[in-house]
Amino acid sequence: MRMRRLAGFALSLALVLAGAGPASAAERLKLATTTSTANSGLLKYLHPVFEKKYGAAIGTIAVGTGQALRLGRNGDVDVVLVHARAAEDKFVADGHGVNRRDVMYNDYIVAGPKKDPAGVRGMRDAVAALKKVAEKKAPWFSRGDDSGTHKMELQLWKEAGLGKPSGGWYRALGQGMGNTLIAADEKGAYTLADRGTYIALSSAKKIGLGIAIEGDKKLFNPYGVIAVSPKKHPHVKHELAMKYVNFLVSPEGQKLIGSFQKGGKVLFFPSAGGAAGN
Amino acid sequence: MEFLLEGFSEGLRRALTGDPEVWQAAWVTVEVSLWATLLATLLGLPAGYLLAVARFRGRGFALGLFQSLLGLPTVVIGLLVYGFLSRRGPLGEAALLFSPPAIVIGLTILAFPIAAVYGMASVAAVDARARETALTLGASPGRAAWAVFREARFGLVAAVLGAFGRVSSEVGIAMMLGGNIEGYTRTLTTAIALESMKGEFGFGVALGTILMAIVIAVSFAARALQRSS
Repeated sequence: MRMRRLAGFALSLALVLAGAGPASAAERLKLATTTSTANSGLLKYLHPVFEKKYGAAIGTIAVGTGQALRLGRNGDVDVVLVHARAAEDKFVADGHGVNRRDVMYNDYIVAGPKKDPAGVRGMRDAVAALKKVAEKKAPWFSRGDDSGTHKMELQLWKEAGLGKPSGGWYRALGQGMGNTLIAADEKGAYTLADRGTYIALSSAKKIGLGIAIEGDKKLFNPYGVIAVSPKKHPHVKHELAMKYVNFLVSPEGQKLIGSFQKGGKVLFFPSAGGAAGN
Repeated sequence: MEFLLEGFSEGLRRALTGDPEVWQAAWVTVEVSLWATLLATLLGLPAGYLLAVARFRGRGFALGLFQSLLGLPTVVIGLLVYGFLSRRGPLGEAALLFSPPAIVIGLTILAFPIAAVYGMASVAAVDARARETALTLGASPGRAAWAVFREARFGLVAAVLGAFGRVSSEVGIAMMLGGNIEGYTRTLTTAIALESMKGEFGFGVALGTILMAIVIAVSFAARALQRSS
């Protein structure tokens, strides 16, 4: 008797599980992108419009730019939306991606404690400011995760003549942008952040860090979208990936990007109008 | 303290007022955890039974292996399965990476040694004469095994519950193999990791409360099953 009851239980369990999974009839586009676009809420604002228009679902995997490009290189995603121009160009040159298009930009800022222990608030020259942080050995938190922001930070340190900094004042966290800002806020450290994530967290009062450095031309942060090459990876959903690329750079997509605000501030500025894709 | 309480009540309100994100994450958690527990039970309990009653070469080694697998780190499982499932890996053709089945595979590997080792321990605790008597009375080996399982049911249910608790609460495998895709592979644990990243502390705690409620509910359901015979 008992055996039959147990078997019945197992069977009905299996049926429930098989039948009632999340609806997945729609085609699913896999997008690897950065934590900055996902954590700021931009994609959540954009994607429902695309999904409705094309009857497709977008699966967003939010990682650092480096890992996003690796997922594209492995053919594990269909399209990438990232921000590290040199690495993007190499990705396309190596044949892993096609149709790179400029999508939008924002800029990096250096966020730091309001007390400003390194005395760098208001400096415009980012490289000089970083030198000063290093001299004072003021705490600095690095993403340390091979993301676009991390690459930019390392570039700045290189220009400051410090190579890859080390010492107790410099910590590489290996975390996303949100986590790094929260950790820097807890520990009173400086960190390089994209303005979008910084505003999203600070306007929601999740962090009390202020902007220490902004406005340097070097801190310009452009985002590009690239479809994974269907030649290298015949299984990718290339047609849908191109619909996504074209949606982002279309007047409609660009207008949506420009209208996305947090705390009354625009986080990303559309930029597809100027540069043509390659 | 105020920070904690305010975050928690706000989070719980959001979590319980039908936020679809929450229910999707809860559903994905239940789904992949039940699947993995079911598979690990079907594979692990027979393996545990054999380890307990059969005498064969390599038994000691198998037992030692399973016991050490109990300590297998979830990120290592995640990494290995990732290597197999990536498009560049040997099983890439199946296109399973970043899907719920990928999580189920990883979680099953995590839960299998739990079902096997604790299953073995509960079977071994049953008086050996129960099986022998059944066999002497003409029961088939399968019938005899069933008789032993009946005797050992409290321990076996505990083994299955242990497996369920482990798979529903882990985060490494779900993150690496599922990719934390909203509404598809986002589980309660990966959602909590994401909320902490966004500074949404209270919401994270609220999600954790839902996760605990699920584990408790499953545990009481199993208890009812134990007593129903």
